[in-house]
Amino acid sequence: MSDPMDFLLLTKGPLFDLAITVFALGMAARLLEILINGRRPNYSEARGGQWLPGLRTVLTRSVPDPGTFKRAPFNVVVGWLWHLGFIVTLLFFIPHIALIKSLLGISWPGLPNPVVDLVTAVTLVALVATLVHRRTHPVKRRISTLEDYLVWTLVFLVVLSGYLAYNRIINPYPLALGLHILSAEVFLIVLPFTKLTHIFTAFIARWYNGASFGRRGVES
Amino acid sequence: MRVFEKNPLEKGLAERLREHGVSRRGFLKFCAATASMMALPPAMIPAIAAALERARRPSVIWLSFQECTGCTESLTRSHAPTVEDLILDLISLDYHHTLQAAAGEAAEAAREQAMRDNHGNYLLIVDGSLPGPDANPGYSTIAGVSNYAMLMEAVEGAAAVIAVGTCAAFGGLPAAAPNPTGAVSVMDLVKDRPVVNVSGCPPVPMVITGVLAHFLTFGRLPELDEYHRPLAFFGQSIHDRCYRRPFYDKGLFAETFDDAGARAGWCLYRLGCKGPSTYNACATMRWNSGTSWPIEAGHPCLGCAEPRFWDAGGFYVPLSVPTGPAQDYLLAAGALGAVVGGVVATSARGRVKAEAAVRQPVTVEELEQKL
Repeated sequence: MSDPMDFLLLTKGPLFDLAITVFALGMAARLLEILINGRRPNYSEARGGQWLPGLRTVLTRSVPDPGTFKRAPFNVVVGWLWHLGFIVTLLFFIPHIALIKSLLGISWPGLPNPVVDLVTAVTLVALVATLVHRRTHPVKRRISTLEDYLVWTLVFLVVLSGYLAYNRIINPYPLALGLHILSAEVFLIVLPFTKLTHIFTAFIARWYNGASFGRRGVES
Repeated sequence: MRVFEKNPLEKGLAERLREHGVSRRGFLKFCAATASMMALPPAMIPAIAAALERARRPSVIWLSFQECTGCTESLTRSHAPTVEDLILDLISLDYHHTLQAAAGEAAEAAREQAMRDNHGNYLLIVDGSLPGPDANPGYSTIAGVSNYAMLMEAVEGAAAVIAVGTCAAFGGLPAAAPNPTGAVSVMDLVKDRPVVNVSGCPPVPMVITGVLAHFLTFGRLPELDEYHRPLAFFGQSIHDRCYRRPFYDKGLFAETFDDAGARAGWCLYRLGCKGPSTYNACATMRWNSGTSWPIEAGHPCLGCAEPRFWDAGGFYVPLSVPTGPAQDYLLAAGALGAVVGGVVATSARGRVKAEAAVRQPVTVEELEQKL
């Protein structure tokens, strides 16, 4: 019998195993490659330490400087809004915590569901705003690639399907939940091979920058 | 002097209820409850009363195949004398090999007689799954007749088929992996008659009688969902009607069966409750004459009214947790990925070193000469 429950069990079983395998293999390979290669050897005499400036830069590059905010307030505010919304929903929704606990054995307290629901709704609106901005801003439109749109679509589908499932806007529920899990699986599979890797590499890159500045005695 | 009694089949429901000592007021109360149960407006109550008063008791043939008799237990365990029991009395239950007095050849003869006398009009109720047409028929037979053959013969003259319980509706336990008897559901086999699935392991008694009441009232089967279940009873999830839902929304969960959260009545999601994906009327109708229901007794919903509930990844595992060995795959793939990354990085370093070993330095003078 092929029905929504079969579909849900397929997404929760074999498809999830496949997705998590591709994700773990791809991400571990990429991260190890980056970490082992590190940076080019620098034979000059170090003028300062690396660790602290590196960590400081992880923080400072995550917070926009006043100049950037003045130049592109939309990018800063909306970008922060949906990134934060995505992280809050991913890490603080109770069913997601149960999933993480089953995989990694660690868990933490979640947020009340209505809060996560509101954050998800705001994230969806912010994501739509970023797409409209990308399509209407002359420069952004010109520099946008197919990969940019693919990544946007995947992120949007994951958030949208989660919102629809939680609020039971699609019926039956096993179909709605299955669609959400499936979209998250596509997201996981694509993650190591697109710019979505920045979820992990952004902080490494910032640390490398800061460490390099520190070694050269430049303020980070 | 001989008293000629009215043919029982000619009596209306109201008359039979009066014979059973149910007052007019009690009857109307039942009609109101039926209307509410079937999500009909109060204006429909008189129409239901009028229809039920006129209703003649239909012949019902109840076939039990690969089942545990839990569905019959469920139906009969409603505390007497309830209107549900009377409704059961008031249908002509012509064959039910657990409840009927006759046994053996007499029982089978009663079934065949009922099928002949009411051809085209009887209600066929089935509980239990059955070995499919391609399976070994010997896995389940009655009087030497395979379940498949008996179902197909009985379906011929049935006005409608009601599959009672998850086994009949979706295959249930007998169809759980690896499904040794090749069990299939009634819906898988009956294509040319309306099939209503009253799923549940067992189904809520009032839901079984509610479907019968609907049939008696309107002369047709109720509106169904995508799984052929009556929407009036299966229209909302357990989760949406659960009295523990506020705890779910607040993020308050029982972590074990005897912790402070469990004692305080917090949500059972983390103990594997399948309420969010299960549609049934347990939360509103409850069991044992409205006394309680599994979640009120402190046990998570098993999702027993849904297809494949035995194979859905474990009764005590939260709904959002994958059903396969994902953790093993994560670890193995992560380790393999680390090796791949290490090999790629080392080979890249090796290439850089090899290039450096054979490099030909260019002096500033040489560069300037080329300009």
